[in-house]
Amino acid sequence: MMNSVVEVKDLLVVRGGRHAVDGVTFTARAGEVTGLLGPSGCGKSSLMRAVVGVQVVESGQVTVLGHPAGSAPLRDRIGYVTQAPSVYDDLTVSENVRFFARVLGVDLAEADRVIDLVDLTSHAEQPVGRMSGGQRSRASLAVALLGSPELLILDEPTVGLDPVLRRDLWALFHRLAADGACVIVSSHVMDEAERCDRLLLMRDGRVIADEAPSDLLQTTGAADVEAAFLNLVEVSR
Amino acid sequence: MSTVVTPRITSAVAARVLAQLRHDHRTLGMLVALPCLILALLRWIYDAQPAVFDRLGPALLALIPFTVMFLVTSVTTLRERSSGTLERLLAMPTAKLDFLLGYAVAFGAVAVVQATLAVGLCVGLLGLSVEGPLWGLVAVAVADAVLGTALGLFVSAFARTEFQAVQFMPALVIPQILLCGLFVPRDQLPTGLDVLSDLLPLSYAVDAMTRVAQGAADTVVGMPAGVWGDLLVVGAFALALLALGAATLRRRTA
Repeated sequence: MMNSVVEVKDLLVVRGGRHAVDGVTFTARAGEVTGLLGPSGCGKSSLMRAVVGVQVVESGQVTVLGHPAGSAPLRDRIGYVTQAPSVYDDLTVSENVRFFARVLGVDLAEADRVIDLVDLTSHAEQPVGRMSGGQRSRASLAVALLGSPELLILDEPTVGLDPVLRRDLWALFHRLAADGACVIVSSHVMDEAERCDRLLLMRDGRVIADEAPSDLLQTTGAADVEAAFLNLVEVSR
Repeated sequence: MSTVVTPRITSAVAARVLAQLRHDHRTLGMLVALPCLILALLRWIYDAQPAVFDRLGPALLALIPFTVMFLVTSVTTLRERSSGTLERLLAMPTAKLDFLLGYAVAFGAVAVVQATLAVGLCVGLLGLSVEGPLWGLVAVAVADAVLGTALGLFVSAFARTEFQAVQFMPALVIPQILLCGLFVPRDQLPTGLDVLSDLLPLSYAVDAMTRVAQGAADTVVGMPAGVWGDLLVVGAFALALLALGAATLRRRTA
């Protein structure tokens, strides 16, 4: 495929003596929001870390935008949000975002733009450490949006957020995809699945389904993604 | 390897470390005021023996920036490692040296302020006799601070918690204080310990400061000749520790 941004082939990641990612193959395309869903501990984070290139990989290939994952040409083309917000608690939102903007070499107007995108403009001068968990994770998300990266890897970005904010962020992810980005979002909440263009269901380090949400419901005959997940687990037994 | 160092990123890291300090008024206050208070206390203790203060004062001027920067750096870099900000920086175009030098530059700058105040106090109010140039005392203090920062960056890789990081101070710093010539002049140490003393960087830092304070007949670029050799050793240790520190920064982790 011409517009595939991420290509993962036979990926094996070993963490703490067990196969955290166990022979996963998938591609993610530009213009789509790909949802990575599964219970916590199923290997979502390890898989995402491998795509970003910060995970030690046992075997397999991960290619991003035509380069090996983690290689130098990719370092200003990927936005990555970890589960725990990776920002400095003792700095304000604005100081945090401006710092990372300087590291990436994008101008400071871009910092204000991404703060606005995550709806933190009114809190920009507040130290991150004094904010709520949801606000902190949005500050971390703002950093990942700097410079409009071609690939966004978001590890559980909507956990603990209020439903209105969650809806707004999903709308933002779709807007970014519509602008041409490849967006990969993980969640352990199955009802978020229906918001994705494409779904990767994971369990025990393996991908058990890889299709559009509507197709998944059709092939499994389930009423919702949670039921489809249970269905697939039963079948594989 | 990619780019070795990008000035834009190095200076961004340094500015950010300083901004963090600016928000932390207590730490900043301690960095600036504590050395002065300790030196004033020392002067008071030896009120009747100014010659002793003249001997110990320069040693403390060398010890303090080293110890303080070691502590502050080991805790702040440990936080970077555990909060994920280091991983984020290394996933960006940050070179390992950008990160390390950024810290060294920031704490070096703090050391300029710290040492200027401490030297000003010692010479202006406490009557410390200094034969060599005053800027020499500040320059040596900055080198010591960078040495402390480099050691702190390196050991933070071996601590999982801030508790552990702080424990490295008695383990790695106190033996150096005992052997640097503060308690027993280095040439009078028992056999074996004198060799050990020669192997420790703080010994050279204290020697350099003492030499500047005592002055010498032959000077090179305004400083007593021997100081440059000591500074070279301190600088070589700092560089070696930074290189070791770079080896502990991993873009990929398990």
